Amino acid sequence: MLITGAGIISSIGLNYKENAASLLSQVSGIGKMTGLDSFYRDQLPVAEVRATNDELREMAMLKPGSAYSRTTLLGLIAAREALDDAGIENISESSTGLVSASTVGGMDRTEKFFRKFMKDNSHGRLKDVVTHDMGDSTEKIARTFGISDYITTISTACSSSANAILLGARLIENGIVDRVLAGGVDALTLFTINGFNSLLILDKNGCKPFDNERNGLTLGEGSAFLVLEAERVVKMTGRKTRGEVIGYGNACDAFHQTASSPEGNGAFLSMSKALEKARFSAGDIDYINAHGTGTKNNDLSEGKAVERLFAGKVPPYSSTKAFTGHTLGAAGAVEAVFSLMAIENQCIWPNLRFGNKMTELESEPVSVLKTGIPITNVLSNSFGFGGNNTSLIFSKC
Amino acid sequence: MKAFINGQSVISPQNTFTEERFPDVPVSYTGIRSLRCIEPQYSEFIDPMAARRMSRIIKMGVCSAMKCLRNAGIKNPDAIITGTGLGCIEDTTRFLASIYNNNEQLLNPTPFIQSTHNTVGASIALILKCNNYNNTYVHRGFSFESALTDALMLLGEGEADNILVGGLDEMTPELFAITDRLGFWKKEPVDNLSLKNYTGNGTIGGEGTAFFILSRNKNEKTTACIRSVNTFFNPAGIEEVESKLSKILAGDDETFIKPDLVLLGLNGDAGGDEIYENLNKSIFKDIPSAYYKHLCGEYDTSVSFAMALAAGIIRGQRVPGILSLKGSVTGAINKILIYNHLRNINHSAIVVTSC
Repeated sequence: MLITGAGIISSIGLNYKENAASLLSQVSGIGKMTGLDSFYRDQLPVAEVRATNDELREMAMLKPGSAYSRTTLLGLIAAREALDDAGIENISESSTGLVSASTVGGMDRTEKFFRKFMKDNSHGRLKDVVTHDMGDSTEKIARTFGISDYITTISTACSSSANAILLGARLIENGIVDRVLAGGVDALTLFTINGFNSLLILDKNGCKPFDNERNGLTLGEGSAFLVLEAERVVKMTGRKTRGEVIGYGNACDAFHQTASSPEGNGAFLSMSKALEKARFSAGDIDYINAHGTGTKNNDLSEGKAVERLFAGKVPPYSSTKAFTGHTLGAAGAVEAVFSLMAIENQCIWPNLRFGNKMTELESEPVSVLKTGIPITNVLSNSFGFGGNNTSLIFSKC
Repeated sequence: MKAFINGQSVISPQNTFTEERFPDVPVSYTGIRSLRCIEPQYSEFIDPMAARRMSRIIKMGVCSAMKCLRNAGIKNPDAIITGTGLGCIEDTTRFLASIYNNNEQLLNPTPFIQSTHNTVGASIALILKCNNYNNTYVHRGFSFESALTDALMLLGEGEADNILVGGLDEMTPELFAITDRLGFWKKEPVDNLSLKNYTGNGTIGGEGTAFFILSRNKNEKTTACIRSVNTFFNPAGIEEVESKLSKILAGDDETFIKPDLVLLGLNGDAGGDEIYENLNKSIFKDIPSAYYKHLCGEYDTSVSFAMALAAGIIRGQRVPGILSLKGSVTGAINKILIYNHLRNINHSAIVVTSC
């Protein structure tokens, strides 16, 4: 499945170019919370997209005051960039699907509504709550770009948009559509900040993935989309390609609703399935863009699974979540774009904030930017609550 | 790819779980604006310790999934795929309220953990220790249909022999209050069994969980087959709906092959029902039709309830009187088209046949 376009907006940049520049200059997007009126404003750092809703509306080419959730605004911006990048002017020239993903949808507006509604259920502006469900942002993106041949939305917690890319590839392989805009989006909300905080897994100093003294994750926000196209369509149009989705694997850890198994069974399985689908052996992987959230549990479980699967020959790996925070439903797609950027720039993104090797692991992540490295195949992991694990393999064409 | 339906279990406002006299003796509700599920005794299917931590939708979802697996004689499915429009809305609401009630401090994480849309699919996997493919679709009136499409693809890809697929949605007081303000529901209480006789806008709320085992192979438990699942988004008008449905029903030589029955999402909402009525006069003319939402109410994944009914009709070779809308079937019932639309945005068509 060929990738002909990519779009991204995150705390380290409002578009593809800015994100790549931040990765190359090793600048993290984690900082003080400014966009949300939270009790934890001064205590918990987050990775915010550096634009107000008004600014995002302008970037999304919407009228001022349009009742769009921040989620939809971020999604529209990344989706438009991906379609432009692919050079698609007439969407209906090929049958096109949209597979989006999110974990909390339009929760940012729901929160405004609910605060009033809970005191009196005749209160709260309805236009703040009709954008609540996951389908809302997907349908607004579909309407904006005239996509109608296949539309759906996936929510498997933190692997949501990795599953969107997996489904996009399969929809094309199954001949349901020739082209899919696949990705995901999540905005920062009080709901997720308080949710992860109630689980005591937010690091007050910003996440340190794979560090021995890591102390939790940092929440981020953003969106990324890829344009996937069938090979024969790309041949016909002569479009440039950014790479291809060559392998994918979805497995369930089935261990605990929020914790990963200590030996990383689900992670091992999703990575194994992805290798199998790509007809690769472990030695074919040049770089792993790890899920690496920075929680005690995830990094141990993922590290163990990687060391077991790549026994003795662990490829260079890093988590880019110290750049962008954990963008939840968008993470799989954001990191898919970072994987493509690693191929494009022939480099390995550094695992920022890494200090000390984990005592339980033999290996440690790449902690400084490595350039001039031949990168052909990148494995990208996304693991979610409920044990929903998905691994994707991106390759140079 | 066709899929054999080799097991099902449904929790709904009807006696679908026990199948006691359903659908011949439907449960009637008088003076209601929304239907609530008849909940089973969970203890036979869910460990009571575990059930205590689960919200209603999780219990209903897990319970119907467990019974479905038992009915089909499957211990560990090759994939678990769920569809839900709004997911675990009760836990979502509960956690939201706790944020404001407690000024964001010392919150109980349980409702947050259980608020994610994949909670039911993940809980089933956890109970079964099922490491296989697991996915959750959350797109309004396409949620269950997307899960079905994924299942059909997986069967065709040779990745699975038996797949557990479910549709689930719950109604809560908060959701009803909000959607009532949005004008989804009839303002006056109604009798559910007479739903189609009421005029004016709005319908009745509903909820339910329905799980199926879809298999690559036929066996002695097979009731029916799914031949195709199609969704279409925001059609321009009735002509587009007709043309899409005609294509779906066309045979290899592109001529229209009549189904023996159409099972419609008619819900008593004058505006929305006009679409079904127009079709009944055009491409569905001379085809007997049936409907189902008076039994389960309206919700994003109601088509999962309809699919269970369609499989039952094909197995029993008769249309229960309570479902009948127009005409009557005289011969064998080998092909049913389920056609539904959610507020004229999410349209779906599923072809269920005998095997």
